[in-house]
Amino acid sequence: METPQNLKYTDSHEWVRQEADGTVTVGITDHAQAQLGDVVFVENPEPGRTVRKGDECGVIESVKAAADIYAPLSGEIVAANNELTDTPAKINSQPYEAWMFRIKPSDPGELSKLLDAAGYEKIADADRH
Amino acid sequence: MTLRTTPLHDAHRAAGARLVDFAGWSMPLHYGSQIEEHHRVRRDAGMFDVSHMLAIDIEGAGARDFLRHVLANDVVRLREPGRALYSCMLADGGGVLDDLIVYARPGGAYRVVVNAGTAEKDRDWLESRARRSRSDVTLTPRHDLAMVAVQGPNAREKFWTAFPQTRAATEPLKPFHAAEAGDMFVARTGYTGEDGFEVMLPAAAAEGLWGALRHSGVAAAGLAARDTLRLEAGMNLYGQDMDESITPFECGLAWTVDFSNPRDFIGRRALEQNPRRFGFLGLLLNDRGVMRAHQVVRTDEGAGEITSGGFSPTMNRSIALARVPPAIGAGARAQVEVRGNALDAVVVKPPFVRQGRILVDVSRKP
Repeated sequence: METPQNLKYTDSHEWVRQEADGTVTVGITDHAQAQLGDVVFVENPEPGRTVRKGDECGVIESVKAAADIYAPLSGEIVAANNELTDTPAKINSQPYEAWMFRIKPSDPGELSKLLDAAGYEKIADADRH
Repeated sequence: MTLRTTPLHDAHRAAGARLVDFAGWSMPLHYGSQIEEHHRVRRDAGMFDVSHMLAIDIEGAGARDFLRHVLANDVVRLREPGRALYSCMLADGGGVLDDLIVYARPGGAYRVVVNAGTAEKDRDWLESRARRSRSDVTLTPRHDLAMVAVQGPNAREKFWTAFPQTRAATEPLKPFHAAEAGDMFVARTGYTGEDGFEVMLPAAAAEGLWGALRHSGVAAAGLAARDTLRLEAGMNLYGQDMDESITPFECGLAWTVDFSNPRDFIGRRALEQNPRRFGFLGLLLNDRGVMRAHQVVRTDEGAGEITSGGFSPTMNRSIALARVPPAIGAGARAQVEVRGNALDAVVVKPPFVRQGRILVDVSRKP
């Protein structure tokens, strides 16, 4: 199970990457895609929408189940990855490249509350048992 | 709780299978991608370990009459050894105890193959009815056999590449016919809507069979692919599409009940006396999303319920089997409540896919 060291994580299995321009990119972890199985539909939030940390802002539907995706931070959705409409399976094959959406954070203090790789691995391990 | 394992358990682990509890057995859900395994069966050849199912051999002078009494389909139609029949086994009230395949074998013997989840129940039921009949019937559950289903347009050819010595006995087999080939019982049956064989053989020979088939280019496929394949093929799953509270008429299996002669089979009177409470048809979702079991279906004639829902990799959209109001027919529009939204669907007559071909009209009507 892959958990890149340079990313941050939530306990709902999203990964968060800080970009140079201050936005963050969000996707789901390798553990999450393995639990879900083959992804068939991805519903992304609309760019322009304002979200609060913890808001439901997307859905990933696999053959097996549907999973809600939650905003890891408060802010504005500035981009959504439309490629996933045609190739949802990329979430399974390249979970850390198949980004879902980008947020322009409104509260910089929230970033420090995200988990690091080690913290997330504990959660993933517990989830597997 | 310790799960039961099949003779192929080690092979599944070595292949990286994701193992899950199915009816008390540790079974492979998939080996990486269930969608890939599904496509492999539709386009080439895949194989399933179905050793968790149970074969029960039924012998004795009273065997035929016994089966004509306990099964809703009529084994008198199996006029020579090797023919097979798909049948429901009913309770006195007409509800389905299980669906199964029955094969006629040499010497007036029969073999039934029942589902894993109902195997004990079925065995107990058959044994108690056999005792009650007081006729010459012996039942032998075959826990010593493993079972592998090899399915796909290239399945039989690849099977013969692996086992050329079986070709003479099994190439002439028509669908729903079986033959003995060495220590293998080979039936041209399946649960995928593709051509292929289901093979029953001594447990000790299972690993060798599995390895030889892999070597001949047959891909291992798990229960998840098995479910999407059978759903596309419009085949029922016991415990989901029907159970003891549902009659064959209410789950699309009226065609498996033989009323053509005055045969007293268990459940007959109840079927003749009780009207059908609902119909059973397929649904094709027009919107993005996945239909799932128990979701509510709304139609102009009233509400229904999805019994089996999922995603069709062949059609790249969601399909389902559903209980619908009796007046509803193919072509009717429906709304399915999926995660709080009313999604647009159309009622179709299953099967959706057979032999790699989409059989329903997939154009999206406005």
